[in-house]
Amino acid sequence: MFHIYCPYCEEHREEEEFHPRGQAHLQRPADPENCSDKEWGDYLFFRDNPRGIHHELWVHSVGCRKFFNITRHTANYEILETYKMGERPSITAETLAADERQSGVQAASGGWQTVGARPEDEALNTEARA
Amino acid sequence: MQRYSGFGLVKHALNHHENWQRQWRNPTPKKQYDIVIVGGGGHGLATAYYLAKVHNITNVAVIEKGWLGGGNTARNTTIVRSNYLWDEAAALFEHSMKLWEGLSQDINYNVMFSQRGVLNLGHTLQDMRDIQRRVNANRLNGIDGEVLDAKGVQEIVPILDCSSRARYPVLGASWQPRGGVARHDAVAWGYARAADALGVDLLQNTEVTGFKIRDGRVYGVHTNRGDIEAKTVGCVAAGNSGVLAKMAGFKLPLESHPLQALVSEPLKPVLDTVVMSNHVHGYISQSDKGDLVIGAGIDGYVGYGQRGSYPTVEHTLQAIVEMFPIFSRVRMNRQWGGIVDTCPDASPILSATPVKGMFFNCGWGTGGFKATPGSGHVFAATLAKGEAHPLAAPFSIDRFHTGALVDEHGAAGVAH
Ligand SMILES: Cc1cc2nc3c(=O)[nH]c(=O)nc-3n(C[C@H](O)[C@H](O)[C@H](O)COP(=O)(O)OP(=O)(O)OC[C@H]3O[C@@H](n4cnc5c(N)ncnc54)[C@H](O)[C@@H]3O)c2cc1C
Ligand SMILES: [Zn+2]
Repeated sequence: MFHIYCPYCEEHREEEEFHPRGQAHLQRPADPENCSDKEWGDYLFFRDNPRGIHHELWVHSVGCRKFFNITRHTANYEILETYKMGERPSITAETLAADERQSGVQAASGGWQTVGARPEDEALNTEARA
Repeated sequence: MQRYSGFGLVKHALNHHENWQRQWRNPTPKKQYDIVIVGGGGHGLATAYYLAKVHNITNVAVIEKGWLGGGNTARNTTIVRSNYLWDEAAALFEHSMKLWEGLSQDINYNVMFSQRGVLNLGHTLQDMRDIQRRVNANRLNGIDGEVLDAKGVQEIVPILDCSSRARYPVLGASWQPRGGVARHDAVAWGYARAADALGVDLLQNTEVTGFKIRDGRVYGVHTNRGDIEAKTVGCVAAGNSGVLAKMAGFKLPLESHPLQALVSEPLKPVLDTVVMSNHVHGYISQSDKGDLVIGAGIDGYVGYGQRGSYPTVEHTLQAIVEMFPIFSRVRMNRQWGGIVDTCPDASPILSATPVKGMFFNCGWGTGGFKATPGSGHVFAATLAKGEAHPLAAPFSIDRFHTGALVDEHGAAGVAH
């Protein structure tokens, strides 16, 4: 069971309050009438579907009902970060790879289905991991 | 290959069953094959078998990162049916159904295919209209099917709550008598043994880690046991198809989701058919061993961990108990997950790719076990000829750009 930090409610809540809504940061073609079949098909149907770091849209459907983003590892399910609509992720596959190169340890390999909190908020992290 | 028979069973009994031949070899990878198949699930193994049997191409390797059938093939709830709505899908699944009907004899392996019938329940007026439409379409395509009312359903499944007291009363169902179940690991093992006997190399514990591509054409694969060359590569990797496509430099219109199933403690025979409900979302049958085999829905998020979430199990058991109050105190024994490759139109992908010589067979999502023989059969033809078999042609990746989708959400809506 995920224990998800809603950036609007500023609280951890159980997975069942939320719904996943697929890949985040998708750009609708600015001028759909004039885009090619290729562009339109790519927008509608083709997703990153990575085995690894995934930025995804969730909705706090029985809570504040707001949409927000989660960065999550799709193999070990660790939630690395949650952030509001319109914000950009501070953790990405690239930043993690860079961290890993620097520290010589493998990042994001930790938990089973661990919890997410804002990485800068150490208190939340420790509380949630306890 | 030592043939299996009743006589053989008696003969081996005299030797305390100590001299059975191994079912397949464990060969060292060769440097080069005519065709390499990535993924040793049912579909990959069936493809290899039909390549050897129908097309006489035996210099073939099946490369499997784990053990044969360890992916979705031996994790599913084994439901087999062919009552799909659209002509293209109906033709492919019915082709498969015909192969199932002779499969145990063909591969000399008892796959325990049991045509005990499949019910798809309707709980609303719209469900019933959709069922009527689908059954009519099926019959026009020569596929058996009947529309039953609640009384007809109750006669087939006396323990199902068909009363009007139910929260979602059963109004009727579609009934496909030729549908049923089969033993999933026997399907993988049977195809493996038959393919091996024809000369196919089954390479287990061998993981494909990349592709050798030159001028837009594939000429081999990298594996943890060295490079293997082949001019034709067929990828049949279910939930991991997207990972392979990424290695080859293109994207597929797939998302990988956990799908889980569970089995109960063994019970005396109580349910002799397959019951599925789209509306309350649950599906159930009873295995020959006696356990109830129950399938859940997918977890909504992308996931590659072969396990599912508890809320999903809970919803499924609510649905099962809603339909079968008699099961409310049955204890569950085991629960597990597989990674299913769901496609936007709930139909599979059998297709050439932007890389020449490389083909993909994937996107079967929650419902490809039933298609194992047919999928292997048409994909073998596709690999042998280098162009799509007529039954496979409508399932090319192009359809996500041309718009010629084969929308089977109605027939495939419930995970199965
Ligand atoms: C819980 C559950 C219930 C289901 N119920 C039904 C049902 O009732 N009826 C039905 O018709 N369908 C059902 N399905 C769907 C069905 O199981 C699948 O569609 C089908 O088995 C897919 O077969 P496959 O051979 O393509 O895939 P798999 O059996 O998954 O085989 C793919 C293989 O590829 C291997 N592989 C992946 N990556 C690599 C690599 N890099 N190198 C080497 N090997 C690799 C994997 O290890 C795996 O063994 C269900 C699925 C699940 C999970
Ligand atoms: Zn909230």
